[in-house]
Amino acid sequence: MSVSTTSRVPLPPGLVIAQRLPDLMLPPKIRRGVLGFLRNNPTVAIGGALLLCLVLVGIFAPYLGTVDPTALAPAKRLRAPSADFWFGTDLLGRDLYSRVFYGARVSLTVGLSVAILASLAGLTIGLVSGFVRWADSIIMRFMDGLMSIPPILLAVALMALTRGSVGNVIMAITIAEIPRVSRLVRGVVLSLREQPYVDAAVASGTRTPMIILRHILPNTLAPMLVQATYVCASAMIVESILSFIGAGTPPTIPSWGNIMAEGRALWQVKPYIVFFPAAFLSVTVLAVNLLGDGLRDALDPRMAKSL
Amino acid sequence: MSVPLLQVNDLKKHFPVRGGLFSRTSNWVYAVDGVSFEVERGETLSLVGESGCGKSTVGRAILRLFDITAGQVVLDGERIDDLSPDRLRGMRRRVQVVFQDPFSSLNPRMRVRDILAEPIRNFGLAKSSAELEAKVAALMDTVRLSRDALDRRPHEFSGGQRQRICIARALAAEPELIVCDEAVSALDVSVKAQIVNLLQDLQQQFGLALLFISHDLAIVEHMTHRVAVMYLGKIVEMAPRQQIFAAPRHPYTQALLSAVPVPEPGAARNPIILKGDVPSPINPPSGCRFHTRCPYVFDRCRTEEPELRTTGEGEWVACHLEALPEGPGAGR
Amino acid sequence: MALLEVQNLQTHFRTPEGINRAVDGVSFHVDEGETLAIVGESGCGKSVTAMSLMRLIPEPPGKIAGSVRFLGRDLLQLSERDMRAIRGNDISMIFQEPMTSLNPVLTVGRQIGETLQMHQGFDKQAAEARAIEMLTLVGIPEPARRVREYPHQLSGGMRQRVMIAISLACSPKLLIADEPTTALDVTIQAQILQLMLDLKRRVGAAVILITHDLGVVAEIAERVMVMYAGRKVEEAPVVELFRSPRHPYTQGLLGAVPKLGSSLTGAARRLVEIPGQVPSLKQRIEGCAFAGRCPLATDLCRQVAPGLEEKGPRHTAACHYAAKEAAAA
Repeated sequence: MSVSTTSRVPLPPGLVIAQRLPDLMLPPKIRRGVLGFLRNNPTVAIGGALLLCLVLVGIFAPYLGTVDPTALAPAKRLRAPSADFWFGTDLLGRDLYSRVFYGARVSLTVGLSVAILASLAGLTIGLVSGFVRWADSIIMRFMDGLMSIPPILLAVALMALTRGSVGNVIMAITIAEIPRVSRLVRGVVLSLREQPYVDAAVASGTRTPMIILRHILPNTLAPMLVQATYVCASAMIVESILSFIGAGTPPTIPSWGNIMAEGRALWQVKPYIVFFPAAFLSVTVLAVNLLGDGLRDALDPRMAKSL
Repeated sequence: MSVPLLQVNDLKKHFPVRGGLFSRTSNWVYAVDGVSFEVERGETLSLVGESGCGKSTVGRAILRLFDITAGQVVLDGERIDDLSPDRLRGMRRRVQVVFQDPFSSLNPRMRVRDILAEPIRNFGLAKSSAELEAKVAALMDTVRLSRDALDRRPHEFSGGQRQRICIARALAAEPELIVCDEAVSALDVSVKAQIVNLLQDLQQQFGLALLFISHDLAIVEHMTHRVAVMYLGKIVEMAPRQQIFAAPRHPYTQALLSAVPVPEPGAARNPIILKGDVPSPINPPSGCRFHTRCPYVFDRCRTEEPELRTTGEGEWVACHLEALPEGPGAGR
Repeated sequence: MALLEVQNLQTHFRTPEGINRAVDGVSFHVDEGETLAIVGESGCGKSVTAMSLMRLIPEPPGKIAGSVRFLGRDLLQLSERDMRAIRGNDISMIFQEPMTSLNPVLTVGRQIGETLQMHQGFDKQAAEARAIEMLTLVGIPEPARRVREYPHQLSGGMRQRVMIAISLACSPKLLIADEPTTALDVTIQAQILQLMLDLKRRVGAAVILITHDLGVVAEIAERVMVMYAGRKVEEAPVVELFRSPRHPYTQGLLGAVPKLGSSLTGAARRLVEIPGQVPSLKQRIEGCAFAGRCPLATDLCRQVAPGLEEKGPRHTAACHYAAKEAAAA
């Protein structure tokens, strides 16, 4: 029997020692801290990094080699991408590079605003629905009704009642997204209410408002955060579609949907007008979805350590 | 004659089975269907039975985690099943609970310190934050956990340690009765022993009464004073420990005891193997609920439900065999 | 030659916190027709051992090493295809949770028939006929009706019987039962245990029974193996183990189990406590794995891991201080 010990104690004679078997694999590097978290969850890292780049593009658009996105220059219209106009020019001679970069502001603003507003509203409705039994049926049937209308149609209908502006677009899309979030929150609240620790809190004399605040809410935040990223992605796409069909942001403000709408008729001969905003939209939505997927896996309580 | 600490009279709890478009009630689950017993100060009464017998529901009903369908729950002479929420809060201090699953009994996002402080704050048991700190630290000592665990979160502890935290939380309210709902069932053998010993020590130290709900008869025998056996929502036998384990009278109790595997190889075994499965509490059998599986069933059992009758000091049995003219023990 | 011979089985898992050495050098054998119980608490590696024998461990995070010789062939060297021909056919397994181990959308008969069609080339009619035979064998009343029913229409005890029927359909030589009665009520457990004893006599398969319940071990097993922290710490015939356990862990375990009837003999003793808890398997444990909790531990124990030593007839234990003679434990 192969013996390897690090004993400092003198071994009595005839001692039977266990065979020391080697490890079957190399130990993984233990990664701690924020950097470690990112290395363990590459999806979060990639999605987050991409999103961060796009947010920076939107914020620092004026400093990134752009010109006034609304400046008309008919003499320079429909130029292909070149050293002067990196993404080319559109039908009215406007620089597409600048328009796409400024357009990022609209999409990201709409996406993030809708995500935050829909989450807050959905959270409130979901909590009420999960806790007040008689209201639950009424609220949920109403949400079912709202969800049965395709979000685009709903947003178009709401926009038809008001003027086109970024603020109204945000409100319209938020209303369309609330049912999804409230459904999720309600589901989480109902399952959390069954947890023994909630019963234990009741037995400890905790009043209902504190139960919601201390026991239900903190455990709702993780699934809601994941859902919020999906809402953000969805909102950006809906905004683009609304602008594409002319029911969204007014044409004076460049948005990826607007740009694509203007390039629609010419896409076979001048594909770059549609291509660049479409590419940016896709990458942004991809980044947000990756972030959401990564967060969902990272925050999964089965695999989670404390974050 | 002092008033018993807890008195339960003809407790009933029926759960609706909802279905349909607007959650109409289509059926009822007769989880608890007429249960009566008493618990004295400082004693342990065990509720035993298999899944579906309603023992957990009885525990939760006593804790007022939901409203009961019928019957009375009397704590120290005062009815608690119909109290207003404000008066109820005061009563909650006196009856606490330890649940089965150590993993879902603690809020994963709270620190141990805050978990233990919650009942103390709710019931106003500490007049200053210094006193609160002292009480929380003392609780950790009582359940034999180190004080520096106070700043950690539940997932950092093992099952046995979490159960100790649950016990500490229950003790924080300075209760007189603790409902242990399968409190040791989810623990490993050696950890079970630690927690059972701890509960017995705490009972001695604080004069606690325990309502010990369990399906593990060997553990029950080790730590209880009296036993009540439940089947399909009713108590079929209730007696002091020695009586139940030495000479069980009800056929179900006899089958239950004989079915427990004994850790002694080669011991003489005569398990009474019951036929069939436990009927559903939605559709309990007519007459005596046990008649579909009872080896001694006769005609009266199928039509008439036997009442719980006393057969001696503190002994109760619900079985028609007791009323047979040949006297108990006949036909067995 | 033994039916199954396991030598130095190791199963390690790669986790973000380190290597989880779930099974770390376990050797044992099972003869034809005999029943070996593997006993231990959660985390000791008994279930992982069973899954390793059947090669049901996902290999990217896990890795298995050692040798598992079944009728002379090393199962760890076989291709996945050859292994599939053995699973369900020569070696079967039943699991703890009958509800999640049965496919809810297939009838009971179809699930029993699946193994027969795959391994022994039965056609549909023959498979159904044999399924009815199996249901009768496991004591399900009205088998011809039940064979067309779905798992949710059966109770927990009946589902476990169906699991047993599936596992015995191809007359395997070895049956691995992983906590088969833990999820069942006591009276149902008694039914299933009696069934298993009965089938043991009639079918003659060897059984590896994995459990934490020492009462079940006493009723069914012929030989017992105790595991702790991924290692084997004691092995003996069942009567010998209960009468004279040598390893301090086994002694602690037996002392911690309350016995029915204890109140009658007046032996109101305190349950034996094993202080502390199981060490993390993610750190390499030098010396004896039990040293941190053992009342007899010395420096020698903490530095030198004891090997399995013969302490009595067919009785081995891994402890430097375990008595060699049959002392009154």
